[in-house]
Amino acid sequence: MALEISQKIVDAILEQSRNEYPDECCGAILGPVGSDKPLRLKPMINAAHSPTFYEFDPKDLLALYREADDNDEEILVIYHSHTETEAFPSRTDIAYAGEPGAHYVLVSTRKQIAPATEFRSFRIVDGVVTEEEVSITE
Amino acid sequence: MSIEVRIPTILRPYTKDQKAVTAEGANLSSVISNLDSQYAGLGERLLENGSLRRFINIYVNDEDVRFLGGLDAQVKDGDSITILPAVAGG
Repeated sequence: MALEISQKIVDAILEQSRNEYPDECCGAILGPVGSDKPLRLKPMINAAHSPTFYEFDPKDLLALYREADDNDEEILVIYHSHTETEAFPSRTDIAYAGEPGAHYVLVSTRKQIAPATEFRSFRIVDGVVTEEEVSITE
Repeated sequence: MSIEVRIPTILRPYTKDQKAVTAEGANLSSVISNLDSQYAGLGERLLENGSLRRFINIYVNDEDVRFLGGLDAQVKDGDSITILPAVAGG
């Protein structure tokens, strides 16, 4: 089990996390249905505008699902940043993980570790967190 | 009266894996009761203490029901309801 993702998208997510600091950033990556290839990055507004919480605005969320449907895509990755803590799913992240088929990517902007080393991906299904390998392609 | 209800992946175990089902009711509250009578346990995933759960989004014809009166949101024949769990965390 792994997440395959391009360097370009990884870099864009890390940059977004730095730009939106001190708030958590968030977004999704879409890919063709059934492909498990996250190809299209969709940064989202964090409607909570908080350093400790994120939420996709409900209207934006519906628009994202409609857009994915229109393009025969699905939401393959849901990502967000932790501003001062480890890039690991928090209890809140686990409680609200509502997309069982998605890869949950966490990045961290905490200062003592360079952001590049904190891009991790997890499956969160039925309250269980399983970390997976991240395979970065060119 | 026939209303289409689109079910998110996480709730499909309740609807025998169907991604769209039909329900009846003149408002959202009745529709949820009707859904629960067809698919036992589904109501509890949508409601808590008689109110809509905070991190479940429900739309009637693509309008967030929070702006349509919540459980009192009016529904009519041919309407489409979409349920999406919030994408949120900490």
